[in-house]
Amino acid sequence: MTLTLKEVEHIALLARLELTAEEKQRYQQQLSAILDHIAALQQLDTSQIEATSSVLPPRSRLRQDVARQGLTTQQVLQNAPMTEADQFRVPPVLDQD
Amino acid sequence: MNDLDAFSVQDALNALQSGQVSSLELTQAYLERIQRLEVKLHAFITLTPDLALSQARAADDKRVQLRKSGQPYPPLLGLPLAVKDVLCVQGMRTTCGSKILENFIPPFNATCVQRLLDAGVVVLGKTNTDEFAMGSSTENSAYGVTHNPWDLDRVPGGSSGGSAAAVAAQLAPAALGTDTGGSVRQPASFCGVTGIKPTYGRVSRFGLIAYGSSLDSVGVLGHSAQDTEIILRLMAGFDELDATSQDEPLGTPGCAENADAHSFRIGVPKEYFIEGIQSEVKDRVHQAIQVFADLGAEIIEISLPHTPYALPVYYLIAPAEASANLARYDGVRFGLRAESHDLNQMFCQTRGRGFGAEVKRRIMLGTYALSAGYYDAYYGQAQKVRTLIKQDFDKAFQHIDVIAAPVAPSTAFKIGGHGDDPLAMYLEDVFSLPANLAGVPGLAFPVGFDNKHLPVGMQLMGKPFSESLLFRLAHAYQQATDWHQHRPPLD
Repeated sequence: MTLTLKEVEHIALLARLELTAEEKQRYQQQLSAILDHIAALQQLDTSQIEATSSVLPPRSRLRQDVARQGLTTQQVLQNAPMTEADQFRVPPVLDQD
Repeated sequence: MNDLDAFSVQDALNALQSGQVSSLELTQAYLERIQRLEVKLHAFITLTPDLALSQARAADDKRVQLRKSGQPYPPLLGLPLAVKDVLCVQGMRTTCGSKILENFIPPFNATCVQRLLDAGVVVLGKTNTDEFAMGSSTENSAYGVTHNPWDLDRVPGGSSGGSAAAVAAQLAPAALGTDTGGSVRQPASFCGVTGIKPTYGRVSRFGLIAYGSSLDSVGVLGHSAQDTEIILRLMAGFDELDATSQDEPLGTPGCAENADAHSFRIGVPKEYFIEGIQSEVKDRVHQAIQVFADLGAEIIEISLPHTPYALPVYYLIAPAEASANLARYDGVRFGLRAESHDLNQMFCQTRGRGFGAEVKRRIMLGTYALSAGYYDAYYGQAQKVRTLIKQDFDKAFQHIDVIAAPVAPSTAFKIGGHGDDPLAMYLEDVFSLPANLAGVPGLAFPVGFDNKHLPVGMQLMGKPFSESLLFRLAHAYQQATDWHQHRPPLD
């Protein structure tokens, strides 16, 4: 299983990771080697096997619908790189023109 | 207060209770030892001596007040503790070993931390870890590697390597760790200490910075089964802040039971004694199994046939979950931000600069495994094979009580020994991953040394929620042997 450089760039875009040219090459080679190892899984016939997404018994629990104290606005914002008027400030989301 | 050598958690609690030592004296003694040895070991990312001393003074004051009013003391009142730097402690920098969280100050406590603070602990600081707990050596920390107290040129294991080194070197009587694929047990093994990875769901994950959410569990490292059991019992239990938290009784403390192994059936899986494992590791583990036989256990060879698939399954599921969990580091609400006028560029640059090489590698791997066209072949298939691995354990536990096996194929390796070969590093986890995939508890403890005088560890794995039995058997072993009392020659 060999990933192409183009595939590496596509994955990096999906993951929102800026990679240097050197990193792209390294990951191309390393991820290909890891995927070769992982290919062993394809040998197993799992057509009759259910997937395990959690080891816990499937059971959901509802909490009481009562209000409780959460974090204050100041606590929520205290680690933010940039804030304005008690909100997180980010670069423009929509095109400005 | 200079003889910390004798101090287990139980000894420290006895000394604090009887007034033989104050929390302030005990905390100062640990801080002095940290100051002396930390230059060699680098077990901590952040030390908080002033806070620890003020917590210790408060604990001493509280003891006086409670004594006057005749009220019971909180069970760990005044006990110093180290906390792995992936667990949130309110007001204390929590980095996850990453530059992306270099200045993150949690506004809340992890539930496990809160429960231990309520029980009276004094927090000495935050221990080193592979970035986001991704690694088996602590070499992936953005804050430098931790050195193994038994040989400073070697790794302490990982990812809870800082916690393991801190306990082994007696910089703390015990430390919290986390285990997603072996990250408590493998460093415990490399550093010659005892480490419990509880059943998935036993300890709340609230406030544990997420890596692989279906695998992550919070554990404890200490000098003995007894020490780790004392602490685990106080942080375990249902928490409504974690949707996967389970409400299962802890049962009688295992270390309070008879120190024997009579009538217990110990399974020894042949897939854990394969070609390529260091011969001394094999020998020490077999000798330890013989000790259990002498203590009355019945030893039964078993097979966990899907063991060889645990590595590929884990290295799909954990990175897939990590790629989703780490999407939150986008430079908006917390952590590093690379300034840019373009939102998408801000995301990409923040993450490109903030994450280290291994974290990026796993995000890439996980993103690929979840991407359109590959999901069924990779992630879907891995989840199905995970079922087969879990079924191996279920079947085995129909006719045995616990499984005994090595923790890792070898003892601690040299710093830099795996170079830039991620697959070689991943192979270190081959014996520790199955317990996480099956969600069962695992307890690692020292069973001797190799010919370089590096500790060898073994693990007992049990049925879900059978921690008490694991503690009971390891405690029986530690009553019959003294490997857990050996200390590295540091002074």
